[in-house]
Amino acid sequence: MRSKDKDAYIETLDVEGIGARAEAPNASDVAMTVDGLNLFYGDKQALKDINLDIKKGEVTAFIGPSGCGKSTLLRCFNRMNDLVDTVHITGQIRLGDKNIFDKDVDVARLRRQVGMVFQKPNPFPKSIYENVAYGLRLAGVKKKRVLDETVEWALKGAALWDEVKDRLNESALGMSGGQQQRLVIARSIAIQPDVLLLDEPCSALDPISTLKVEELIAELKKEFTILIVTHNMQQAARVSDYTAFMYLGEMVEYGETDQLFTNPEKKQTEDYITGRYG
Amino acid sequence: MSEPTQITRTRAGTFGEWYASGAPWVWMTGGAVALAGLLVVGLLALIAIRGLGHFWPSPLIEAVYVEPGKEPTPLVAQLGYSETVSTARLQSAGINVSDDQEFYERRLVKVANRDVYGADFRYLLDDWIQQRTTPEELSVFERLEWGDLYGYLIQISEQGASVGEGDLWEEFRERHGRARDLHHQIERVQEGDIGAINYALEQLRLRERRMELNDNQSEQAMAEIERQRSELNAEYAELQQELQSLNEQIQRDSITVQVQNGRTVTVSLAEVVRGYRPNAMGLVAKISFYFAKVWEFVSDEPREANTEGGVFPAIFGTVLMVMLMSVFVTPFGVVAALYLREYAKQGVVTRIIRIAVNNLAGVPSIVYGVFGLGFFVYALGGSIDELFFPAALPSPTFGTGGIFWASLTLALLTLPVVIVSTEEGLARIPRSLREASLALGATKAETLWKIVLPMSSPAMMTGLILAIARAAGEVAPLMLVGVVKLAPSLPLDGNFPYLHLDRKFMHLGFHIYDVGFQSPNVEAARPLVYATALLLVLVIVILNLAAVRIRNRLRERYRALEH
Repeated sequence: MRSKDKDAYIETLDVEGIGARAEAPNASDVAMTVDGLNLFYGDKQALKDINLDIKKGEVTAFIGPSGCGKSTLLRCFNRMNDLVDTVHITGQIRLGDKNIFDKDVDVARLRRQVGMVFQKPNPFPKSIYENVAYGLRLAGVKKKRVLDETVEWALKGAALWDEVKDRLNESALGMSGGQQQRLVIARSIAIQPDVLLLDEPCSALDPISTLKVEELIAELKKEFTILIVTHNMQQAARVSDYTAFMYLGEMVEYGETDQLFTNPEKKQTEDYITGRYG
Repeated sequence: MSEPTQITRTRAGTFGEWYASGAPWVWMTGGAVALAGLLVVGLLALIAIRGLGHFWPSPLIEAVYVEPGKEPTPLVAQLGYSETVSTARLQSAGINVSDDQEFYERRLVKVANRDVYGADFRYLLDDWIQQRTTPEELSVFERLEWGDLYGYLIQISEQGASVGEGDLWEEFRERHGRARDLHHQIERVQEGDIGAINYALEQLRLRERRMELNDNQSEQAMAEIERQRSELNAEYAELQQELQSLNEQIQRDSITVQVQNGRTVTVSLAEVVRGYRPNAMGLVAKISFYFAKVWEFVSDEPREANTEGGVFPAIFGTVLMVMLMSVFVTPFGVVAALYLREYAKQGVVTRIIRIAVNNLAGVPSIVYGVFGLGFFVYALGGSIDELFFPAALPSPTFGTGGIFWASLTLALLTLPVVIVSTEEGLARIPRSLREASLALGATKAETLWKIVLPMSSPAMMTGLILAIARAAGEVAPLMLVGVVKLAPSLPLDGNFPYLHLDRKFMHLGFHIYDVGFQSPNVEAARPLVYATALLLVLVIVILNLAAVRIRNRLRERYRALEH
């Protein structure tokens, strides 16, 4: 986007609406709550006063142009941003009643509750079985029977079991990209998190693999709360129940997907989803 | 608007085009590779030919050496290489050559019989070696002392009485076989059984001394020591008896060899390592002789100031030292690299440490030797002796050079390459895999152990390969911290605790230096220098290949990095 357009776009922002609390769908069904979240990379502010309730058992999609902070926000939910030295965070994200940024939070345990799948498939250079069992072993599961059962359950859950059940001991690196991504999903659900974060899970996949992963998401939401970041608005429309539109580090609009795509409240949202913006 | 200038190809012409085509560049780079390859092949070929030729049984000639103005003298010799020497040089050396020829061929011949002639080798003018014949009966006898004996076998005696009518050579082979068997028995008793008793006696002495130092000499314990000692002494006396009888048996036979003009030399068969008649040998016999000699070279102990026999202790010392070095340097280097790359805050301090580590790789190795001697041997070793081995003092245990200190010194020397390549390996692990592990609830330490370290193991092996290549060939620092010309025993043997880290050891690299430059018998030593050099190269290649194999296997397993 050229800077003139950008300036014009920013002028249209409805200042009052930004930062106002997005409507909580139903307080008792909230999985995670974001409260006044600000994030800085050094001096640069990447997230500005984000407030949002994530509804339990639903798929919430984050859309927005590149660099709007949607991935950064997603990585706050399991504190992946801790790995970056210069990051500084204020505000809260609550899981249950607990602020996940509190000092006494066990980050490893938090990440077992809030799993994550990344853009590029990143299976470990181990066998298919060991990939799925990795998180279980970390959690202290030692019994072979429990491991076997859980691995099978997770692979079935990721719609991969039929394809790999005969070659569980082969290297995961021999699988196709789509299979690898589903393996990574199986690996994440094997430890049975409450929330699953998907960071553009289909951006490295071909259309058929993408379709499979989307079907999988529809299946998975029966058991998990899912947060998905995507570039692809059609995908967001297809898979999500709630959608949040972000722009330049701010949460512009958050609501039910149907509502947001058919009748957005904010003009920026409308511009974006109708393609008038970059 | 003006027309754009027409661009014509001005370089048309032979050289310009050829240059522009890039062909000279290809020739230059390809030539450099070819030259490098040629140098490596040439180096290996040179040491291989010079070294391996030594073991071949070359024919023994009988001739007459006719020096103008002197009595012709008989000559029995093996011919060596020849060189062209100018007449003037020969004349200035006091040799009476005529000026008719400008150059003469001068040949190195091995006349052996050091006890008769004083030296094994002579330089003779090729033209003057006349009436050359190769009689089949000419024999070579390799002796334990005084080197080879060339001549005709004329008599075999048992207890001084002549025996063996008819085929003397058959008789010799039979009796020599018996003598060799006895020799091996004696060796076993001497080095195995008596060695073990000596070791046990020394341990007893140390125990007694320890009690003395601790003021803890209970009657009972002293009596026990005394009892054990008398037991050992009784055993020792018994073995001594056995040894004596074996020695008497082995001295039974002797041979008499005619060397020249009716002069004879009598040698006990106990002294003869091997006897053969090179002129009577067929090709098969020569080949089997050759391999027997090569085997002796790699499996036997050295004799005669290292100019005869084998180099087994040196091979053993080299390999053991390199392995110990690997055991010391790998964990140390990996742990250091891990901290530098994974835990330390990247900043000025880490950069300074990295520069320092890299510079350590450039410090001359002798400096490490000096450090090893001053710090490891004297400071550390001295303290260890005072704390743990006071009973052995004043003779030092760890307070003197030994294989432990030598390995540690070399570990220090090779530490930088292990650190640097491990760091590179760690840096190459994709961030996405670390994040995947962390996202599954692993702590940083768990991620390191389960994902990062296994995946960077090929890089660690690369570091180790470089370390081995450097350490195995290093000689200078070793001379200060534990290598000796001739070690009385291997650092690994059957006496508890089996691995004796305090012992001095032999090393192929030092052996080359010692044989080549410290030997009284230069001509005999020269081929051994090449043979030992070839062996050293082989040992390093084998060690490296083993490490490369392990690395390739690891790479195969953790292929993820290559996508």
